[in-house]
Amino acid sequence: MTTEYNKPLPTPSPEAKRYWEGCKKHELWLPHCKICEKPYFYPRDFCPTCFSWDIEWRQMSGRGTIYTFGVHYRHFHPGWAEEVPYVTALVQLEEGPRIYTNIVGVDGDPRNLRCDMAVEVAFEDVSDEISLPKFRPV
Amino acid sequence: MDDQEKAGFFRQVAIVGADECDEIGIVPHKGILQLHAEAARNALDDAGLALSDVDGMFTAGPGWSPTLQMAEYLGIKPKYTDSTSVGGSSFVIHVEHAAAAIATGLIDVALITHGESGHSNRFRPGSGRPSMDPWFPMSQFELPYHVGGAPTHYAMACMRHMHQYGTTHEQLAEIAVATRKWAMLNPKAMMRDPITIEDVLSSRWITYPFHILDCCLVTDAGGAVVVTSAKRAKDLKKKPVYVLGSGEATTHQSLPSMPDLTTTPAALSGPRAFAMAGVSHKEIDVVEVYDSFTYTALVTLEALGFCKPGEGGAFVSGQRTAPGGDFPMNTNGGGLSYTHPGMYGMFILIEAVRQLRGECGERQVKNARLACVNGTGGTLSSTGTLILGVD
Repeated sequence: MTTEYNKPLPTPSPEAKRYWEGCKKHELWLPHCKICEKPYFYPRDFCPTCFSWDIEWRQMSGRGTIYTFGVHYRHFHPGWAEEVPYVTALVQLEEGPRIYTNIVGVDGDPRNLRCDMAVEVAFEDVSDEISLPKFRPV
Repeated sequence: MDDQEKAGFFRQVAIVGADECDEIGIVPHKGILQLHAEAARNALDDAGLALSDVDGMFTAGPGWSPTLQMAEYLGIKPKYTDSTSVGGSSFVIHVEHAAAAIATGLIDVALITHGESGHSNRFRPGSGRPSMDPWFPMSQFELPYHVGGAPTHYAMACMRHMHQYGTTHEQLAEIAVATRKWAMLNPKAMMRDPITIEDVLSSRWITYPFHILDCCLVTDAGGAVVVTSAKRAKDLKKKPVYVLGSGEATTHQSLPSMPDLTTTPAALSGPRAFAMAGVSHKEIDVVEVYDSFTYTALVTLEALGFCKPGEGGAFVSGQRTAPGGDFPMNTNGGGLSYTHPGMYGMFILIEAVRQLRGECGERQVKNARLACVNGTGGTLSSTGTLILGVD
């Protein structure tokens, strides 16, 4: 797996370490603002809504909907050469935040996808350190 | 300051020179800096000013210190520089910044330049955009899922608009077809063969919901504009094009952080510009908006308030924006059919100036006195709106 994987890998930043640790365990964790009482994406040490630094990490359900998507018929990186057409999406988690991801378990035909479709997280183990949260239709 | 005070301030400022570099389109034999320099010379000639008159330098690229590079290359020592780089809207925003610097007396003559080899750089070793810090959000949370350049994000925004409002592929294609008709009247445009709605719909997919004919060109081109005080403008070669109203807005960098995918920051910058100019939408004679994709133009018309949110598709139907239609838009042929080197905003400025001066020949909009210009940058991230007018 590790030797074959030829797509870009994330390098966890200090403020996102907890996020990627969660992913490794196939759990989706996000920072939660204790003032706004809501989680946010992407991870940083403060809330991007109110600039409070009073935050804690919470586990998300992993359920959400496709807020929007695009189906790609070209690739800009050799890692995707064999996977055209593939789907990028913004998934709106049921807790609120939207995250950029891929929809898996679909054939890439846009007629089989629609906005607001229910999806759930599906982790893909891509290296010894990294598991990527992707989503599949429920 | 209220809108009227701001308007009085900005009306002291005019665009007095505007031009492209010598060749646009596919220009592999010239580098980016050459494109900037030729455009600077041509725009200064157009104004009847010399490079030695320039004391403010504005540009958005190339490299980490764009104005340092350009001022050095041109051989000038400006007392004011502005490298605001917020995508393709940058040059429209530079006009606002230049106007403020001129109105406050910090500078007399602002030179705004642009040049990019969007096409030819793909074949030049070691060129292209610099790599990103691996800890930045896009590196961590987007690139592992693939980002295929601008089409990725704009297509996803468009998809949400189609879902929410029922906007159709046919309505988007109306814009591609109408814009091509303008390009057929512009000798400098790259794509001048007629196309039909059916041609757009049967062209290959790039990123669904975009066909290739929904997407802008990728070319090599440069352009420049010269801005000075209204007082100085009166003695120059061409009719001054006054900055009557201006607005700038930024809402996010990348798509996951975009507050509302179905609009643009023009919903903020547009009202500011119209309020400052004190004009209504109905008074606008010609509209020049960034069309990186058919959708960009459609959603911009909604955001600017020419129609209501969700009504852009109906608004552009029936070739309304084409030559002879009642809403002339993107009269140079746009990024879709004229040229688009990467950050296209410079070219909507140039076309608005030419229309207001009555220099557009076959594609001239009759009695064009007021123009609305809107640049969009990043992933629908930043906008600059200008209301320009002539006496």
